[in-house]
Amino acid sequence: MIKSFLKTLVSNKKSLIGLIILGVFILVAIFAPFIAPYPPRADRIVTIIPVGDPSRSEEQLSEEYPSANEDLLTIRATTVTEYQKHIQYFPLRAKPSPQHILGTDQAGHDLFSQLVWGTRVSLFVGLVTGLFVTLVALALSLVSGYLGGIVDDVISFFTNVMLVIPGLPLMIVIAAYVTMRGVLPIIIILCISEWPYPTRLLRSQVLTLKSRDFVRVSNALGERTSFIVFREILPNMISIAMAEFFAMSMIAMMGEATLEFIGLGNVSVVSWGTILFWAQTNGALLSGAWWWFLPPGLAIALVGTSFVLINFAIDEISNPRLRKR
Amino acid sequence: MLLFTLFVALSINFFLPRLMPGDPAQAMLGKMESIPPEQLDSIRAAFGLDNKEPLLAQYGHYILNTLKGNFGVSFSRFPMPVADVMRIAIPWTLALMGLATILSFAIGTGLGIAAAWRRETKLASATVGFFTFVRSFPYFWLGLVLIYFLAFKLRIFPIGGAYTVGLDRGSWGWWLSVLHHGILPALTVTLSSIGAWLLTMRNNMINVLAEDYIVVAMAKGLPLKRIKSLYAARNAILPSVTGFAMSLGFIVGGGLVTEMVFSYPGIGYMLYQAVNAKDYPLMQIIFLFIAAAVLVANFIADIAIMFLDPRVRDGAK
Repeated sequence: MIKSFLKTLVSNKKSLIGLIILGVFILVAIFAPFIAPYPPRADRIVTIIPVGDPSRSEEQLSEEYPSANEDLLTIRATTVTEYQKHIQYFPLRAKPSPQHILGTDQAGHDLFSQLVWGTRVSLFVGLVTGLFVTLVALALSLVSGYLGGIVDDVISFFTNVMLVIPGLPLMIVIAAYVTMRGVLPIIIILCISEWPYPTRLLRSQVLTLKSRDFVRVSNALGERTSFIVFREILPNMISIAMAEFFAMSMIAMMGEATLEFIGLGNVSVVSWGTILFWAQTNGALLSGAWWWFLPPGLAIALVGTSFVLINFAIDEISNPRLRKR
Repeated sequence: MLLFTLFVALSINFFLPRLMPGDPAQAMLGKMESIPPEQLDSIRAAFGLDNKEPLLAQYGHYILNTLKGNFGVSFSRFPMPVADVMRIAIPWTLALMGLATILSFAIGTGLGIAAAWRRETKLASATVGFFTFVRSFPYFWLGLVLIYFLAFKLRIFPIGGAYTVGLDRGSWGWWLSVLHHGILPALTVTLSSIGAWLLTMRNNMINVLAEDYIVVAMAKGLPLKRIKSLYAARNAILPSVTGFAMSLGFIVGGGLVTEMVFSYPGIGYMLYQAVNAKDYPLMQIIFLFIAAAVLVANFIADIAIMFLDPRVRDGAK
């Protein structure tokens, strides 16, 4: 089921482009240490160069200690080589140059390296939140849609209530109270404000499937509930759940960037949102440093577009009318 | 339902700060380090944080106070009541967001109808593609880009704020400056939200165009314009209006962040300042206001559907 679904995704031109973009970013995230020229928080290069001590050359030693044996002198001369620590600080707020293709920030961190490393956190938060929210929504919608009755009433009531409470302000308010700063709190906050959307959508899908003939037949035949739910209803929800996964991942990625931009994230974590936060607090905009604030936003937009493209394809697969005639 | 949602928003407001470790007085002390710790208690008293009542009683008082319109005093603008702060901020946000929402709804829906009607053309796919890409931009980042190019580089628009300081409030010049300052933030919100309307409308329209009654209307040789607007678009717009309720939360959220980027003195910028100053009463009233505003907008959308959908309209009679 999932295999054939993935096959259709690859055969659709839109989703193929989306999958390629997403794939490239995932590769960048995985291989960040090899792609980034410097560590993300490095502000200097330290090179250690071996320097032979000129005052301790073999000839000088033999002059100093004429009686010593020659072999001993050689050993001495080679072991006293000194190492010189050569520190080269990165320029602060530098323009793009061959050394720093996207320039450096106020502390001299290489911005290209930050962008590459930031891919990890931003993608991770987006995808993990998307996955978690989708799983929660699937569970809630299956329970409430299939069982019906008072369980359904309670779950859908809370879903509808939370649905109208606007997500971003809720995120901001929660984040303002949370004293712990980091990636995990942000994921939790995003999950709290995102779950109602997919839950409502998936629940109506469960209701539709429940009234389909094949489910009714199974019911009449006395199949086990677990069989009906996991073998008959769940497989038919994969495409819509996937669509929700990508939509929620995109919203999560944007939400993370927004929270961090406002300064409600951990500003010492390197992610696309925090790069934008530092760009804003250092007035990158009004000093014309486009290389500082344009790339992270473009990266977010590219990943977001890849999610939307994949979702287009899923829509077209599940709704034949949207396909090109 | 409406009232219960408000009640939930109120409860979030009340319990959230009390669930979190640390207390606001301490948080404020952290900000203003010049205050000696002995004054902690007096600060608590001044802001009503020295309450020794049981939690449930505090909760009851909080709800009663809110119903009476007593929202407390701002920490950061002491001794200004937060309600007064809101009174200054709300008109700016309402004007900005109202205008931007109407514009994006009109343009997005119009483009969506056109994109579905001529879906085979390159222009239609290009428009859909473009706005899909723009929709993936974070609101605040689109704002930054617009400021950079139109305000910083080309100097067509001001960089931030809502009016030119020094002009007489209410004079023609002042109103012009308000318009001048409002264009970029409004453009940011409009551009980012057009995509959502466009896609919803396009997909609905394509679904409707495949219906039998459209085929019949075509076969009868009715004028195409009539089919497009009266037969297809009118039916396709219904889910769009329902979708309005769903996406409004996003638009409002995006608008708040846009205000932060433009230092536009509406409630979004207030929220930003409140968050930075740990001004909890101000944060609470802003959150409550936004929740209430979205609820009211939902309610209006429901009424609009009654007018647009004959099934609901006649059923209600």
